[in-house]
Amino acid sequence: MSLLLLPGVSGAVEKKIDFNRDVRPILSDKCFQCHGPDEETRKADLRLDQRASALAEQAIVPASPETSEVIARLFTDDPDEIMPPPKVKKPVSAEEAKILRQWIAEGAEYKGHWSFEPIAKEGVPEVEQKGWVRNGIDSFVLADLEQMGIAPSPEAVPEILIRRMSLDLTGLLPQPERVISFVSAYSEDSDVAIDELADELLASKHYGERWGRHWLDQARYADSNGYTIDGERVMWPYRDWVIRALNEDKPFDQFTIEQLAGDLLENPTKAQLVASGFHRNTLINQEGGTDDEQFRNEEVVDRVNTTGAVWLGLTLGCAQCHTHKFDPITQREYYEMFAFFNQGEDVNNTGPTLKVSEGEMLLENPDPNLIDEWKKAKQELEVVSRETAKRQTAWEREQLSMKKEESAGATWERARPLSFSAEGGASLRTLEDDSLLAGAGAAKEVYRVRLPAPKAGLSAIRLQLIPHESLPSNGPGRAGNGNIVLTRVEFFQDGKPLTVAWAQETHAQPGFSAAATIDGDPDTGWAINVGRGTPKGVKMNAEHEAHYIFAKPIPAGGGPVEVVLHHEKNPDYNIGRFAFDLSPTVPMTLGEDRLLTKLQIDPEKRSGDDKKFLAAEFAKVDIVKREAQQRLSAAEQALGLGREVTMMVMRDRAKPRETFLQIRGDFLRNDTESGPLSPGVPAVFPGMAEEDPAQRNRLDLAKWLVRADHPLTPRVTVNRVWMRYFGKGIVETENDFGTQGAFPTHPALLDWLAHRFVESGWSMKGLHKLIVTSATYRQASVIRPELNESDPLNHKLARQNRIRVEAEIVRDAALSASGLLTRRIGGPGVMPPQPDGVYAFTQRKVNWVAAQGEDRYRRAMYTKFFRSAPYPLLTTFDSPDFQSVCTARVRSNTPLQSLTLANDEAMFELAQGLGARLMREVEGTDSVANRERIRHAFRICFSREPSGTELELVTAFQEKQRASFQEDPDGAEAVAPASPFEGFDLATAASWTSVARALLNTDEFITRE
Amino acid sequence: MTNDPLLQQTRRHFFERCGLGLGGIALGDLLTRDGYAATNRAADPMAMRRSHHEAKAKNVIFMFMAGGPSHLDLFEEKPRLREFHGQLPPDSLVEGKRFAFLGEGAKLLGSERKFSRHGDAQMDLSELFPHHRKIVDEVTWLRGMKTDVFNHGPAKLFMNSGFQVPGRPSLGSWVTYGIGSESQDLPGFVVLQSGPRGPRAGNALWSSGFLPSSYQGVPFRGSGDPILNLTSPDGITPERQRDFVDVVGKLNRDRLAVTGDPEISTRINAYEMAYRMQSSAPELMDLSGESQATLDLYGATPGGNSYANNCLLARRLVERGVRFVQLYHTDWDHHGGPGQTLGKDLEKVAQEVDQASAALVLDLKQRGLLEDTIVVWGGEFGRTPMGETRNNKVGGRDHHIDAFTMWAAGGGFRAGVTHGKTDDFGYEVVDGLVHVHDLHATILHQLGFDHERLTYRFQGRDFRLTDVHGKVVKEVLT
Repeated sequence: MSLLLLPGVSGAVEKKIDFNRDVRPILSDKCFQCHGPDEETRKADLRLDQRASALAEQAIVPASPETSEVIARLFTDDPDEIMPPPKVKKPVSAEEAKILRQWIAEGAEYKGHWSFEPIAKEGVPEVEQKGWVRNGIDSFVLADLEQMGIAPSPEAVPEILIRRMSLDLTGLLPQPERVISFVSAYSEDSDVAIDELADELLASKHYGERWGRHWLDQARYADSNGYTIDGERVMWPYRDWVIRALNEDKPFDQFTIEQLAGDLLENPTKAQLVASGFHRNTLINQEGGTDDEQFRNEEVVDRVNTTGAVWLGLTLGCAQCHTHKFDPITQREYYEMFAFFNQGEDVNNTGPTLKVSEGEMLLENPDPNLIDEWKKAKQELEVVSRETAKRQTAWEREQLSMKKEESAGATWERARPLSFSAEGGASLRTLEDDSLLAGAGAAKEVYRVRLPAPKAGLSAIRLQLIPHESLPSNGPGRAGNGNIVLTRVEFFQDGKPLTVAWAQETHAQPGFSAAATIDGDPDTGWAINVGRGTPKGVKMNAEHEAHYIFAKPIPAGGGPVEVVLHHEKNPDYNIGRFAFDLSPTVPMTLGEDRLLTKLQIDPEKRSGDDKKFLAAEFAKVDIVKREAQQRLSAAEQALGLGREVTMMVMRDRAKPRETFLQIRGDFLRNDTESGPLSPGVPAVFPGMAEEDPAQRNRLDLAKWLVRADHPLTPRVTVNRVWMRYFGKGIVETENDFGTQGAFPTHPALLDWLAHRFVESGWSMKGLHKLIVTSATYRQASVIRPELNESDPLNHKLARQNRIRVEAEIVRDAALSASGLLTRRIGGPGVMPPQPDGVYAFTQRKVNWVAAQGEDRYRRAMYTKFFRSAPYPLLTTFDSPDFQSVCTARVRSNTPLQSLTLANDEAMFELAQGLGARLMREVEGTDSVANRERIRHAFRICFSREPSGTELELVTAFQEKQRASFQEDPDGAEAVAPASPFEGFDLATAASWTSVARALLNTDEFITRE
Repeated sequence: MTNDPLLQQTRRHFFERCGLGLGGIALGDLLTRDGYAATNRAADPMAMRRSHHEAKAKNVIFMFMAGGPSHLDLFEEKPRLREFHGQLPPDSLVEGKRFAFLGEGAKLLGSERKFSRHGDAQMDLSELFPHHRKIVDEVTWLRGMKTDVFNHGPAKLFMNSGFQVPGRPSLGSWVTYGIGSESQDLPGFVVLQSGPRGPRAGNALWSSGFLPSSYQGVPFRGSGDPILNLTSPDGITPERQRDFVDVVGKLNRDRLAVTGDPEISTRINAYEMAYRMQSSAPELMDLSGESQATLDLYGATPGGNSYANNCLLARRLVERGVRFVQLYHTDWDHHGGPGQTLGKDLEKVAQEVDQASAALVLDLKQRGLLEDTIVVWGGEFGRTPMGETRNNKVGGRDHHIDAFTMWAAGGGFRAGVTHGKTDDFGYEVVDGLVHVHDLHATILHQLGFDHERLTYRFQGRDFRLTDVHGKVVKEVLT
């Protein structure tokens, strides 16, 4: 079919026939189903895919169409004789029959399928308009155009070029200042300007994000397990690894090997183990009553199919149930590939894991001393953790003996603060009871309070939270619901820190105990909401206490005690009202009775709950472990690392699993008669090294895929890169390089690029640079109606294509226009605002709490992706659901997209951000200023100046909106809230939000032109 | 809008070059992924298309009973099962079979429900479904249903897409891809949900898979905004929204004039339709204009979310030209144990759906809509004749894939017949087997499509809903 669309081919049968371009598609589509590789469906014992057998049967007689049975069958009128049989419903057209006849007349030459043949070392063709050519790409493209008598399009204007290159290479909009400097450099020397811009963008950290996102589609990366339960999973260190690898320009062969077999390398680095997570991105079914073996099998099938699609550009999946109908891949060969992946230790929801710290995959040139300290601290903590039981036993014994005598407990005495301050400017004042009441200040406040020197020594300090009617929901916290998150508490005397042994509280929100305020981790803290397990009657909006017990009693005679309270986690979750009490004696452990009762139970007879309780009690006072944890936290912070997480990685079983051909692809029907299969690759490709087949593993497969002489991997890879820049590949069916796929529009160019790619040491950045600096890429994308007949689909690239940006880039572009973008790379997924009602239809309801602060404005690739209930903006704009490999996204254009851009809360917030940015960056309110502001908006959104009509149009719109909002202060306030519009006239601010919203909704905004 | 010469030009260009009939689709498929041509096809992905043969129906309403209703307690009177109650099933029955939860030694469980026969077809209906008696002569009773997979998620995917792993288009997507939609201001494929939770496997059930996302099901919520982001932001009045759509449209039109890209005209249309949806969708969801008689027929109450309301909404959707409506009602998973007994829990869910399911058929009929609307009722599988023990009590049944009951009405399905028969225990189909693939083939057939020819080229293969299976069940068609 695609053949007929090729300009210059349909009417040019007189030209010599090329088997691969002209004949194979016809044979493959019309004949191979019954006369092809698959024995089971083969009719009349005739194969037309191999010359020898076609000739042997006289089906084809070279140079003699008249005596060739094939031709006779094509041209007969006899319904019983005609081929293909009418019931197959695949008639051969007259045009196609003519091609076959000519081909036989010319000698019926067969050639191997083009993509399975070695990559040719193509010379660059001669062209007439040499001045147009920037590099080899252009020679190939121009040679074809010249032959067709078509001139290439003029170069796009520099404003469009910089926006195009920025979106393509980083997925973000260029800043207006950069546009100006580029345009000026371009006017001096366009080639130099483009060259420098390309280097700059390729060196940007955002390059790794942009191209990492493309790769993650193929890796079917997501943050949940899939199927019905769809529990959350941690695989983001793998995502960070991808970003890092691309930014480093890790050669694609190495990039491949580490992901497919990082675990099998000799002494693999941690990063290589993380890379092996590539194939752990498969789904896991956590539903009750599942057959784990079935889902393990599904995972292996997915790994084979994904590997085939990503590197070979082939649909191996077709051979799962039967020998491939069109491509020379037998079912046996499918299961030989399967055997490589059938050795994994993982079985559905169990499997090997690895601990990785946040930021670890992105560390750059860290201080080796800090690394040593960090490793030492980790080891220490491991040792200490291992010995927990021993310490606990000793503690239990001590407690039992102590409990009987000890009775005093604490004698709390209220401490009247000597002085107090809040770093973020919150007002603090004392109330009658010597408690402190805080007003609004910074979102994440730090309070400092000086308490009088303890007269009788000091063993413990009590922090009391007290409600107050001035606080939201009466407090005691300043969060909307009265909650707090107190992340760290520090005590000093005479400038020296006082060591806290343990902390306890009268009530804590599950997972937020007071102990978390002394672990040194700014990400954990004490909170007081109620939750599962909270005893009945306990309320958040009530008095609560935390007790801090010092490691050593502090003797009298020292100076005042300074207390520092940090609120580092949730913005505005600061304490509202609080007081301190001091005690010279150690308080009773809260819940003492219960503790004593449990301690008295014979360790052998303790229930699971008893053990859990005692372990939790001990954890509160386990200063040894806490100190080890603190040392680790400090070491991590010194390196800029976050918390440690556990991700899934690949590992093979010690004892190999036998692999059999599965009859009809049914995992319950092993073909044991034919015996177990050794790992191997299809015979149509260059073979693997000559080692013992039974010993082959994934590493051999990975190395084989990136052999310099592999016919597919380089072609498939450069073709996919090409596809991102032009909207479609040189091989349009980028995921089918088999016989049913499309023939390349520029076969020689594809081979030239592929060859060059391998020669360059598989450098991705080299390939990108080559493409974006080519004249072909630099063309305008304006549609040329005069080519509607000769090249309607722009196969020959006489212009660029306008491409609607991907789902993530829709949001990223708006983030960069709004000025709100957080540029931080990597780390755990985040939750930007999403509309209500996403979970009305899902079994799994994610506790989606919209992030505040920086995480609210991270790039869309960091948005947590739950496979059963994805973030709506993403799927509305054609993000795949990551159930299986996605090598190319579709691009739809639907009313739901319009609703999202126009009304989505997150998008509207970015329109407000852009509106505020416009008001900040252009001062004044007269009509001159307004016009300048509109120009500025166009520069931000489209990197260009508005046309006269656009300027008039938007001016009129802004004026009308302002007038309308002036009549409606409530509406204006809703559209232009105090944050971020504090200090601006409401109606004016609302009108600029409206302008911003309109521009973000244009086709041009979400299109790379 | 269509008076715009540029828009007209691009649209005409599309029609001429790519055609709209299914003949054009194979070609179109190749093109969906490239900028220019995809655009053309996307110019109106919901345009009405030509079918393979004369269609008997043009709409489908699929009432999906998520969890797997027990055919043995609703539709199948099995005296022998009662007779052998408490005994082990014959080895020949269970040998080589796999179940989700049942271990060895599960014993046969006779139904506690009273059955009676009704209508011309002498169909067995249990006491749990009194309202179904009213439609007994309107529907085809498919008692020989069979599926391939026994876990909820995969089985629901299978019933929707013919495949147990996510990634393929659902029936509703295939249908809208095939025939487009009549509605100018609502999506072509709408999903409604009731019951205590969403169906397992979530959005994969109405995914368009590798088809363009124009064909994916759009969930309508029963309360709040029926469609995500349907409401304009606070402070944006309808008038301001109109001004907004106008200025965006004008800016887009200017860009269209500069670039000539027909994709822009599609986007202009999309904004217009989105704007219309902002008023048409709330109007659709508002049941207060329905007569009391109609509300009573369904047992519906304006406001709130219920299965009865959804059935009534399904009729309203079809009236407005929506092509495919799917209603999920969850909580049919009666294994025994708390909340899942064949006693009061089954009674509850049966009562929730009985009246409205029947009412929908009756209402469509009295309005003349049943003729060209196929109504399908059923779950992802049936339940075992063996009882399942939970909390030390035999109170439920496990998932069963080899035999279960569904029903279909309207759209050229024969009225008042039973098709298919199971053995004495309701375990295996002994006659009139209808596999899920066959049901799919039959539905497509009634909509005017040869299920073997409604294909989409993806990753080098022509995919179809029925894969390499499926046959049209001619016996159940008029």
